[in-house]
Amino acid sequence: MKPPPFAYHAPATLAEALDVLAAHGADAKVLAGGQSLIPLLNMRLAEPGHIVDINRVAGLDGVRIVGSEEDAQAPPGGRTGGKGVRVGALARHAAVERSAGVAAVQPLLPAALRHVAHPVIRNRGTVVGSLAHADPAAELPAVLAVLGGTVEAVSAAGRRTIPAADFFTGPLESALRPGELAEAAFFPALPPRTGVAFTETSRRHGDYALAGVAAVVGLDEDLRVSTARVGYLGVAATPLVLDLTPRARQAQDGRPPGAADWSGVAGYVRDHLDPEPDIHAGADYRRHLAGVLTERALRAATADALDRAQTPGVHDEAEW
Amino acid sequence: MEETFEIELTVNGVHRTARAPARRLLSDLLRHDLGLTGTHVGCEHGVCGCCTVLLDGEPVRSCLMLAVTADGHEITTVEGLAGRDGTPSPVQRAFQECHGLQCGYCTPGFLCTVTALLRDNPRPTDEEVLEGISGNLCRCTGYQNIVASVHRAAELLAEEAR
Ligand SMILES: Cc1cc2nc3c(=O)[nH]c(=O)nc-3n(C[C@H](O)[C@H](O)[C@H](O)COP(=O)(O)OP(=O)(O)OC[C@H]3O[C@@H](n4cnc5c(N)ncnc54)[C@H](O)[C@@H]3O)c2cc1C
Ligand code: FES
Ligand code: FES
Repeated sequence: MKPPPFAYHAPATLAEALDVLAAHGADAKVLAGGQSLIPLLNMRLAEPGHIVDINRVAGLDGVRIVGSEEDAQAPPGGRTGGKGVRVGALARHAAVERSAGVAAVQPLLPAALRHVAHPVIRNRGTVVGSLAHADPAAELPAVLAVLGGTVEAVSAAGRRTIPAADFFTGPLESALRPGELAEAAFFPALPPRTGVAFTETSRRHGDYALAGVAAVVGLDEDLRVSTARVGYLGVAATPLVLDLTPRARQAQDGRPPGAADWSGVAGYVRDHLDPEPDIHAGADYRRHLAGVLTERALRAATADALDRAQTPGVHDEAEW
Repeated sequence: MEETFEIELTVNGVHRTARAPARRLLSDLLRHDLGLTGTHVGCEHGVCGCCTVLLDGEPVRSCLMLAVTADGHEITTVEGLAGRDGTPSPVQRAFQECHGLQCGYCTPGFLCTVTALLRDNPRPTDEEVLEGISGNLCRCTGYQNIVASVHRAAELLAEEAR
């Protein structure tokens, strides 16, 4: 259980890191928090010729609230310049989880981060590393996907912004090309009258989930459910997003605010998912879990939305 | 010949150097190159928590860190928790008093984790204790006495601060 030999690079600047990555292409691996890469090296499941340790690169650890309020209301996918949370490549899970500014602007992030591994792992692991690693059972890819966020990739040849919908291409596969570094990820802010919830089932607390759900529910001006988007982990090769808006309106139909009937939604979700079985859980069980968790998450996200809509000040965070 | 690197660390307040290849894990550097075998190694993939040390005060897995990455940083291992005269720390005393260990294999990891936990949260609830130690496995105690030890350590630390 020891890493195989590799050539080690510890660049001090982004430019230097990109030069090394350009020189070694697919034979180079970025080392961020190491909480996924080092186990793979120890188990010799990965044998890169070059390791580019970015831990000494200055300026990558920022967690910033960016953009304006109006931008936050643009539709998902069209929000790259909008209001949200920009997480740099060296921001550790723990730093993002503890940031009051992040919790105010996009509460789905801390809600999901509490389910990522254990506190000690979160001290080292990075949010961007977790996206780059693209484990289909990981929490943060589903969060980026359901929010319609983006990844900023940079290489010696230039930079590009990759929408979440294009970023996750397969199990442990992302759209990052050899030579590219993910410099930051952007998570759009929560629009007004919107609530979130994150829930998952795992065999032991802190394990990767068997199935998990990130829900975002929006209310109209009369506080009736008007939109619902749900991101899934553990049920497909990549994070899966279902737009459940038509079902959500049906659930609200003829009922007062806060009393939407979500009981039909589990069946609908079960019919639209096709998970793979593995040693931890069969396909039917995963499908069942996804249904039950969807109902729970939608109910909780609706309550959260009502809470935010009715508590003035919760949403206009004056002091980040 | 594999390339080696000169690695400088402050370990338990003492400046230490060692020469090692980049693939040397921090856990192995501490144990084999520096002779500090208090840090235990159980799984080498981040699951058991035995190898937990403090990196600039924060608990991390030493089996999931290259020693070169730690170059220039400050490490505290279980050997560094006691006072300079060898008096066990409040956390160590609490584990002894409450029988928070049996074979002791997991103990160094628990002691380091709990030391940081109580520094950040001096009066944790049961739930916060469970969350705080959830990444450390113990095959002997059944955890009850470990949870009791954490609460006792919080008391001892509070007494000491008075
Ligand atoms: C015991 C244990 C339990 C865990 N449980 C969970 C869990 O429940 N849920 C979960 O989501 N994760 C879990 N993890 C993984 C953890 O969240 C990792 O921190 C995360 O997946 C990867 O982040 P990292 O910074 O450690 O990346 P690294 O391990 O450094 O890198 C992972 C991969 O991403 C690439 N990479 C990293 N950063 C970049 C970048 N900026 N640009 C390009 N490529 C990059 C690397 O080359 C590598 O291929 C667990 C880990 C352990 C050890
Ligand atoms: S040896 Fe490091 S976590 Fe098990
Ligand atoms: S005391 Fe034996 S493993 Fe914990």
